[in-house]
Amino acid sequence: MGIIGLISLWLIPILIGYILIYGTLKKIPTYETFVEGGKEGITIAFSIIPYLVGMLVAISIFRASGALEFLMNLMKPALTILNIPAEIVPLAFIRPISGTAALGITSDIIATYGPDSFIATLAATMQGSTDTTLYILTVYFGAVGIKKMGDALKVGLLADLVGIIASIIVVTLMFG
Amino acid sequence: MVNLIWVLLTVIGIVFAMFNGTMEQVNEAVFKGGKEAITISFGLISVLVFWLGLMKIAEKAGLLEKLSYMFKPFVSKLFPEVPPDHPAMGYMLSNMMANLFGLGNAATPLGIKAMEQLKALNGNSDKASRSMITFLAINTSSITLIPTTVIAIMMTYGASSPTSIVGPTILVTFISAIGGILIDRIFYYRRKRKG
Repeated sequence: MGIIGLISLWLIPILIGYILIYGTLKKIPTYETFVEGGKEGITIAFSIIPYLVGMLVAISIFRASGALEFLMNLMKPALTILNIPAEIVPLAFIRPISGTAALGITSDIIATYGPDSFIATLAATMQGSTDTTLYILTVYFGAVGIKKMGDALKVGLLADLVGIIASIIVVTLMFG
Repeated sequence: MVNLIWVLLTVIGIVFAMFNGTMEQVNEAVFKGGKEAITISFGLISVLVFWLGLMKIAEKAGLLEKLSYMFKPFVSKLFPEVPPDHPAMGYMLSNMMANLFGLGNAATPLGIKAMEQLKALNGNSDKASRSMITFLAINTSSITLIPTTVIAIMMTYGASSPTSIVGPTILVTFISAIGGILIDRIFYYRRKRKG
């Protein structure tokens, strides 16, 4: 798994260097273009605030009341047999349903257990490597007026399941 | 669905606190949770600005197009119903490239464009075609190279090595993409057998 660590370390700087050199060779006004694109980033960061506030307050209440702990203890025996950490279950459930809600749970896990913990690494990998099937389905099919979805939802959700299981196995092998 | 989950989390929490005697902690949580959300959003600004800025350069320099061209033979095999030079192919490839670099917001309009073209190919039927389902399967398993948002959150909380998740994320994303494609194929042949 050493090679994966190396990719983690080198990929980003190499990508940045490559894009900047390529852009310069293509005579793109690099700095101005960068600023133009960056402005979109500010808009996105601000537009997710209400989603995050709503979801994080709800999760905080749920956690602080002791309900989350109660639920996790209830599921623990079954999860222990499968070698799945109980703390990840809420994220695995919500990831296909809502991207911003999942982002809220991921942040909450990282804040609660510390960014260098195993469970935070698992949550981050799960968040990064899967997508919100329900959102994609709604937006893409809704925009062009597809009413009969066929197997699309089943295929999408099963693909999510593969991603969730794969992230548990990969992260356990690498960091467990 | 999200509405229901959101309400349930809050209401169950409050009711649970009544019996558990944790109402004080719940009061505290209301304010803490909100503050936390703002911290995250502000932590995201730097990373989002940097990557969307950089990707704008890549897009204008024609890097996304060049990558799409490279992947064309491979993608043609995935979508046997779509002629290789059809505009649907171009949009699908650009959408995948945008996803690859974590540009979710840039990917969405391209994905919708691709769907429009796929619908035209399917005689404007309101039924999802084989290619549409394959395209969705690839999209939901979201092949990602740089999980920018997650790295930003890791940084906000002071991770010792926030980019250490890049490797595992790439590995998992490819496993789930291959899984998604296989599942899509299984469902397709099952549909075909049934007629």
